[in-house]
Amino acid sequence: MVKPIATTRSATGVPTGRLAVWWVIASEIVIFGGLLASYVMHRLGHPEWATYAAHTNPWAGGLNTLVLLTSSLTAVLAHNAAERGNGKRAANLLMLTCVGALTFLVVKSFEWYHEISEGFTITANGFWSFYYCAAGLHGIHVIAGAIIMLFVAADARKNKELQRVELIGIYWHFVDLVWIFLFPLLYIAK
Amino acid sequence: MSSNVDAHAAHGSHADPHALHDDSHYIKVWGILVVLFAISFAGPFLGIRIITLMTAFGIAVVKAYLVAKNFMHLDIEKKFVVQLLVVCLGLLFLFFLGVSPDVMKHWGWNWRNDSAKNANIPEHILHEGGAEGAPEGAAPAEGAAPAEGAAPAAEGAK
Repeated sequence: MVKPIATTRSATGVPTGRLAVWWVIASEIVIFGGLLASYVMHRLGHPEWATYAAHTNPWAGGLNTLVLLTSSLTAVLAHNAAERGNGKRAANLLMLTCVGALTFLVVKSFEWYHEISEGFTITANGFWSFYYCAAGLHGIHVIAGAIIMLFVAADARKNKELQRVELIGIYWHFVDLVWIFLFPLLYIAK
Repeated sequence: MSSNVDAHAAHGSHADPHALHDDSHYIKVWGILVVLFAISFAGPFLGIRIITLMTAFGIAVVKAYLVAKNFMHLDIEKKFVVQLLVVCLGLLFLFFLGVSPDVMKHWGWNWRNDSAKNANIPEHILHEGGAEGAPEGAAPAEGAAPAEGAAPAAEGAK
């Protein structure tokens, strides 16, 4: 089968699809990094934010950290399976990763529901604005990743386009990486 | 190896698929990540601020390194990709260096930012040394008596 040029052309030695994902991640580093760096400098300039941060729920944040770490494991195991040509196993592991994404979003929803009902809304003060922006932007990435993963898994189950399993995996690990820094910033440093 | 896998190796996967590990390796890395997470979670319970910060952010960096190296396979990726990511992190650091003095400090030699200083500051913090660390000659907080020799504040809060 003749592949479309976008998957065969490579000037850098990195396959084009994977190179594209790395460029996405490079831009995401600036997006999330800029947001988190702004949060850090505001937090250092406003020691009183510690009193607001005390209202975040570290147990919910901790549970979500465990969920994302585990979903990263299933994503890399899916990549490993795809690398060995086992599309069905890769698809199953990607579906497990999607379950992780769903669990993360459910926990986040409960967490936000309680915080908002206690009056800690996005307009309450600077801390909560950053909290909802950072966690919300991350949540959007979780949703996008899960949706893409469903499409990749559907193809992988038929042993088609297995290279995409690695590509969505790289993206998913980055989503996990962002949370690794969000967790101590929003839930631990009080 | 099936033809599908050959096509996969040619079009999408790493140049050397054998560089990937067995599943047990990834499970071991995940185990280490979970232990590190448990330490960072337990840190605040000791109630020592410096230990909390070290366990939280020091471990976050270690966890990020483990994920990038083992799960994202940056260790076997082309150098170009690593350089690309490092440049982005460098630009981010430059951004922080350039902007943070204005955000983290609420006064300088010729300016002060009363709105930032007084924004949402609980009463007990305001009275317990909200002006701690103010440079000599800095503009006083609103309502406080100006220090002798204090420089006049720039017109208008920043």
